[in-house]
Amino acid sequence: MSVGAPLIHDSAKLHVTGQARYIDDIPTPNGTLHLAFGLSQVAHGDITAMDLSAVRHADGVVAVYAADDFDQMPDCSPSPVPDEPLLATGTVHFLGQPVFLVVATSHLAARKAARLGDITYTEKPAILSYEDALAANERFEDEPRIYTKGDPATAIQTAPNVIHGQIDMGGQEHFYLEGQAALVTPQESGDMLVNSSTQHPTEIQHKVAHALHIPMHAVRVEVRRMGGGFGGKESQGNALAIACAIAARDTGHPCKMRYDRDDDMMITGKRHDFRITYTVGFEDTGKITGVDFIQMTRCGWSLDLSIPVADRAMLHADNAYLLENARIESHRLRTNTQSATAYRGFGGPQGILGIERIMDHIAATLDLDPAEVRRVNYYADMGTGPSTEPGTGQTTPYGMPVTDAIMHAMTDRHLIEANYTARRAAIADWNAQNPILKKGIGISPVKFGISFTLTHLNQAGALVHVYQDGSIQLNHGGTEMGQGLFQKVAQVAASEFGVSIDAIKITATDTAKVPNTSATAASSGADLNGMAVKAACTTIRDRMSLFLKEYFGSDAIAFQYGTVTAGPHSLSFAAAVKLAYEHRISLSSTGFYKTPDIEWDRIKGKGRPFYYFAYGIAITEVILDTLTGENRILRTDILHDAGASLNPSLDIGQIEGGYVQGAGWLTTEELVWDSSGRLCTHAPSTYKIPTASDAPDVFNVKLWDAPNPEKSIYRSKAVGEPPFNLGISAFLALSDAASACGPNYPALNAPATPEELMRAITRARA
Amino acid sequence: MEITFRLNGTLVTAQYNATDTLLNVLRESQYLTGTKEGCNEGDCGACTVMIEDEHGPRALNACILLMPQIHGKSITTVEGLAQTSALPKGNLHPVQNAMITEHGSQCGFCTPGIVMSLATAHATGDTNFEDALAGNLCRCTGYAPILRAAQKAALESPALKTPFAPVDAPVLMERPESINELAAVYALRPNATLIAGATDVGLWVTKQLRDLDEVIFLGAVSDLKGIRETPEAYVIGAMTPIADLAPLFAKSCPSLAEMFRRFSSKQVRAAATLGGNIANGSPIGDSPPPLIALGANITLRKGEDSRDILLEDFFVDYGKQDRAPSEFLTHITVPKAGLRDLKVYKLSKRFDQDISAVCGAFNITVKNGKVSTARIAFGGMAGTPKRAAHVERALIGQPWAMATIDAALPAFEQDYQPMSDMRASAEYRQTTAQNMLKRVYAESLGQCVSVRDIKGDAL
Repeated sequence: MSVGAPLIHDSAKLHVTGQARYIDDIPTPNGTLHLAFGLSQVAHGDITAMDLSAVRHADGVVAVYAADDFDQMPDCSPSPVPDEPLLATGTVHFLGQPVFLVVATSHLAARKAARLGDITYTEKPAILSYEDALAANERFEDEPRIYTKGDPATAIQTAPNVIHGQIDMGGQEHFYLEGQAALVTPQESGDMLVNSSTQHPTEIQHKVAHALHIPMHAVRVEVRRMGGGFGGKESQGNALAIACAIAARDTGHPCKMRYDRDDDMMITGKRHDFRITYTVGFEDTGKITGVDFIQMTRCGWSLDLSIPVADRAMLHADNAYLLENARIESHRLRTNTQSATAYRGFGGPQGILGIERIMDHIAATLDLDPAEVRRVNYYADMGTGPSTEPGTGQTTPYGMPVTDAIMHAMTDRHLIEANYTARRAAIADWNAQNPILKKGIGISPVKFGISFTLTHLNQAGALVHVYQDGSIQLNHGGTEMGQGLFQKVAQVAASEFGVSIDAIKITATDTAKVPNTSATAASSGADLNGMAVKAACTTIRDRMSLFLKEYFGSDAIAFQYGTVTAGPHSLSFAAAVKLAYEHRISLSSTGFYKTPDIEWDRIKGKGRPFYYFAYGIAITEVILDTLTGENRILRTDILHDAGASLNPSLDIGQIEGGYVQGAGWLTTEELVWDSSGRLCTHAPSTYKIPTASDAPDVFNVKLWDAPNPEKSIYRSKAVGEPPFNLGISAFLALSDAASACGPNYPALNAPATPEELMRAITRARA
Repeated sequence: MEITFRLNGTLVTAQYNATDTLLNVLRESQYLTGTKEGCNEGDCGACTVMIEDEHGPRALNACILLMPQIHGKSITTVEGLAQTSALPKGNLHPVQNAMITEHGSQCGFCTPGIVMSLATAHATGDTNFEDALAGNLCRCTGYAPILRAAQKAALESPALKTPFAPVDAPVLMERPESINELAAVYALRPNATLIAGATDVGLWVTKQLRDLDEVIFLGAVSDLKGIRETPEAYVIGAMTPIADLAPLFAKSCPSLAEMFRRFSSKQVRAAATLGGNIANGSPIGDSPPPLIALGANITLRKGEDSRDILLEDFFVDYGKQDRAPSEFLTHITVPKAGLRDLKVYKLSKRFDQDISAVCGAFNITVKNGKVSTARIAFGGMAGTPKRAAHVERALIGQPWAMATIDAALPAFEQDYQPMSDMRASAEYRQTTAQNMLKRVYAESLGQCVSVRDIKGDAL
């Protein structure tokens, strides 16, 4: 069966030969125009004068737009609140905000002209920090969101041990290798064909239609692939597609826009940075009795997806641990910076890092093995006691029963396979002998909630055609950004029809084929679209089966190995299809899926927002230079739960890549804004994602490979975001190495750059 | 300018502007869109192509290669790789095959650049794949499957070598071929921008969007290239690529060789020159500190006249060098004497392909237990690469002991008042500069001081 096979990425051969096409590679007709934004040079201020004459007269410029050119400024926001004007209207809210739009005959001409705007501002105080925003009460939603379970205040008060602490964690630039890009080709009757590098074609369709005041049926969005997304293309492509559509409408020419890398980093949102303050009470075993979190995040200038991101951080404040008494208070602060947006994990990693810090802080306080502190706090494994009965037993701080936990079993196996205890002792010995270099080891589990927390997004559609020669064309609402979704879903289709993967043609995501799609986000791509495709395939197969039963007079119809059997009769799939076609059987079907059993009230903070949880555990060993803070990852061992994997090779690819990206977030990837609100790290020369030599020397990744207890697609589990969180183990290992320098808890902040590690070492020694 | 080059086996001759980049020509005129633009500044490697000339194949960043630089060269892009490797039609290059079977691509956007870097490594027999890939960013895979693919291709298939077929490249006025010609042309055009590897000037074009009026390309000035050895010194031509310097010092000064290995990335080291790294006067260039610590001289030429000065005297102030109009650097003379003692420490946020926050170079000689000479220089600590004169004085004549080191530390504040920027704070720079002196001492005691020397254990 195709499902479960370690097949290569469907585009692998196209990738390695340079034939895989991205937006900027699509051949464009003569006369295609190119767009660029002119950007605000202040973080907050009123525009008092705008002289764009030099822009208009620059070589190759065809048109220039500013706020005055619109009766109604198009909005780019993915949120229900239209708070993201395409171009600044009177006031600029961050340094890098688009203020005017240039349409020119070449990409270079547009970029050059975009630098010639002469704009005068009356500057206003810029809200940049947590303190600024709190002092000015600049926030989204009127008050902090608070989820409470039990009586945390009393539990902390009566606990034998109490600690307080705080951790700052920086944001993260997506650094998709392909920058944001869109190409809009005007069609007859004012219709628009949009090629966009987006995770959310329907959102692009909706925003373009809204901007042009035309129905959604007049806008078709096609996405074959993205050169990386990671959440950064869930909403951040809206502005480019809208700008191109407006210029295409006005000029009648195809219009293309792609951000230069520096523009991309100056304009688009990044991962939310967080400050988490905690008070925790615990027993001498390390068992937490009560915990109080204050989570603060800088959301940037507009709403974007900050509310669900901050919600998900709250929903992951427990990670893998049963908290009987917990309070989580969340502040969503408005700042004059890029509008923070979706990024792999969507707030989850920040929430998880908060409690993982607590686990390590408790272990350091009690001088216990951090692995043991985690074990005494884990949710009980499924099937290990009455407390796992749905509705009666252990619940999350938001009241969801945890019925599928496997952290104890995973940890038991992983500690042995990674030789954890012996290595921890060896590291202590090594550190005793080495005054300058110190080793550290960190362990972090993950329990990640799978489903969109906005329940209605948990739906998907598919369209499957079987042609009379037995070939199959597949389409669904998910987008391919490198994760291998198209291949996994094709494997589902191949399995349903019992044919080889070669019989399946994967086609670009297209709003004209499958409407009303959800973003390919929240790790949901294979879960939702796999099920929708399965439904479509089942419909066609059932029609064929019904026909073949009658035709051959046999009830035993089977589709496997490229063959269809009806009792004693056997014919190739293609022959069966041809026969069905000749007997006027419909060989095309849509499919639809909605995730069952979930409901969520985000205001009360109660319900079952997630269909299930995905689990994993990582152990990382590092070496740290106490003279400079330089460090390396020596070894990483990961055991991850992808359920019954649809494709183990692609899943391991997600785990390896997610881990390194997560470790990058917490180590070298530092976003620096200066005191005027200017992002100083806006190119790879200054913003440092991991390179090949930053990957662990020894990198062992294994799959847990047990079926999902829930009825997910072939009992697999989502794997896009959960392993990102395993990078936390690298951060904790660095903290452990810093701890070896002195008696105090180093209270490491993220990212743990060499400089931050030097500060942590100083704190450890003080 | 009329430029001639070979592209995937086919000769191309066409008119180009001096600031046209190879990447834009490939994508926009040649319709070869396999080579990608990821950053347009030579930091991500998505635009990597293989360039060959009589010196063999090199991986270079097409985004900051200006067309006159490839005059007379042979270019292979990802589309032409299988074909120029003389493989039977329909076969892929072993690197391409291994990248497929090892799941080395996910989103695929960095993949053409990765394939070209690895194909170049494959052709040259380079098996230090982490180094070969330091200039190729991948955001999806975590590099593990790419490294597996690289190993597999190297193990399973021999290097594919096709001989370089020379390309007839007529002389261009903006591309002199000897020092004398250069001196004459530059005398006539004192405002011209000299372009060596264009790893800095390329960004003036792609990021600052500058139009360079007058240009002189130095790539063909044959007597500016190469290394000459005398009993006392290495005389290094200004146009010698940085890539040649790690091998030069590998035996005599591993610490210096390692700094040159970590200097940016493979692609940049193949283009960037030692002369360029000095002449552009950056306070954070990595070659000046060790060369100053070694007491290197540079030779400058203007018209018919030459002069020699100490390298440290070349850097007058931030953005200001001791170089007259129409004067250019011809070679750098590096005394061998200090190589035995020299220690160079490059400190950056990320190990590979990152600009130094601090680069420290220590040439300290100990005789009979006492410091007899000390030449110490730093990058990133001042507006220019600068010697630590007070620290040197605090060390010379003192016993080589921790007490001497400790006593010398306050002198750093007399020598340097570093600044804070996105790479590091002033405080961190000052502390780590001091700690580097401690590292020199610890290293002299045989202590393990580099995290690079510790490897992960699979047991």
